[in-house]
Amino acid sequence: MTPLIEVRGLHFQYEDGTKALDGVDFTLERGETVALFGANGSGKTTFVLHLNGILRGEGNISVCGMPLSKQTLPAIRAKIGMVFQDSDEQLFMPTVLEDVAFGPLNLGSTPHEAIHLAEAALEQVGMQRAAGKAPYHLSAGEKKRVALAGVLAMNPEILVLDEPSTFLDPPGHSNLVHLLKTLPQSKLIITHDTHFAAALAGRAVFFEKGKLVADGPVDEIVQQFHWSYSALPDDLRYSAQRRF
Amino acid sequence: MHHVHVDHWSRGKSLLHARDPRAKILALLVFLIVLATTPANAALILGIDAAVLVAGILIAGLPLVRLLLRAMVVLPFSLTFGLISWLAGDRLRAIGLVEKSYLSAAAVLLVVGTTALPALLNGLEKLGAPRMLVLVAQFIYRYLFVISEQAQHMRLAASSRQGDPRFHRKGRFRAAAGALAVLFARSYYRADGIHRAMLARAFTGRFPLLNSLRFRFSDGVFFLAAAAFLILARVQ
Repeated sequence: MTPLIEVRGLHFQYEDGTKALDGVDFTLERGETVALFGANGSGKTTFVLHLNGILRGEGNISVCGMPLSKQTLPAIRAKIGMVFQDSDEQLFMPTVLEDVAFGPLNLGSTPHEAIHLAEAALEQVGMQRAAGKAPYHLSAGEKKRVALAGVLAMNPEILVLDEPSTFLDPPGHSNLVHLLKTLPQSKLIITHDTHFAAALAGRAVFFEKGKLVADGPVDEIVQQFHWSYSALPDDLRYSAQRRF
Repeated sequence: MHHVHVDHWSRGKSLLHARDPRAKILALLVFLIVLATTPANAALILGIDAAVLVAGILIAGLPLVRLLLRAMVVLPFSLTFGLISWLAGDRLRAIGLVEKSYLSAAAVLLVVGTTALPALLNGLEKLGAPRMLVLVAQFIYRYLFVISEQAQHMRLAASSRQGDPRFHRKGRFRAAAGALAVLFARSYYRADGIHRAMLARAFTGRFPLLNSLRFRFSDGVFFLAAAAFLILARVQ
């Protein structure tokens, strides 16, 4: 069976000479959820920005069996729904409904169809009451949900989420986990939050200096790289008895 | 914030709110032309124009005093030029300048306060305003809140480090200039992020419109009635 995403030998260098990706190979199978771990600046976001052609490096990328090229770009952008880290960058239209309908309209839906798709997506994320609101009236968690609705309205096969739990309070965090669990799409999740990843993903990959250096079950990757906030050494842990 | 209040007003339901934005924009244009061509000593005509505005505000159900106070935002500019004219000996011109600029600002506020910004921009575009200009206005409006919030955070951060009163006096201007530069740089990077988010949702360079405007018979009647009344009052 053809993988949903297949990346071979991906290299990318920024204009200032920074080598951001150095020969990345990656495969995402249908139905999988994969967490992307790695330090800040290790190449995770640069990698996912290649999947829908926002950045162009050297190497081969195919999505749903289509090799990424200028001709296939519109179809690939319809297949991959990308939720960015900063929801304010994603919610640029004056009202929530207009923002969620932005993608379907770009894909050729009529205004009537786009409104129907947008309302269905807002209902899916539990934000149907916010349709007429301006995005700046929403809380961080609500903005994240609306941003997610904006890509769900395009009916994508793959969801790419860049640091989705950033800025969320604990209830917002739990709600997002529950919501993402109900979505049938395959997912790629960039996160530093290992609990969040463990709740949603069966597999994780680890980026280091532009290379994908490990691929395996979430728990194994977390242990291998000591990649958890709870993995603080004892001498750094807060203790009420200790006097500084 | 100022634009949040106006945004709230524009979501109301009244006869004026229900009019097509093009009818209101054209009526505003007629009002501004009539006002600009009215002699400064024509107190009756200016009084009628002011009465039309007050009637519009009341029909729209907008808070009269607050709107008239907000329209004063134009006074620092018009008073400056008015003062120059006054000192140059042209008192009539000075009074006219202040009167007309204030009434113009109130009229613009009435239209903006009765028309949701997306519809207003849509109307401007349909009337032939350059699309790029309309898009820039839309983005400025959307991100004004985000940028002003960033500015407030930076002001707080600066204030919390202004322990030394000498710094408070001497460094204030430098801190403000630095903050402005940082805001500019952040806005540049944010614009890049917004463009990426737009591309990711299949943006091809043309902004799609969700709501198409409908210019009804009643909108035509409204415009013709408003224009006829204003022009007749002016030429009498």
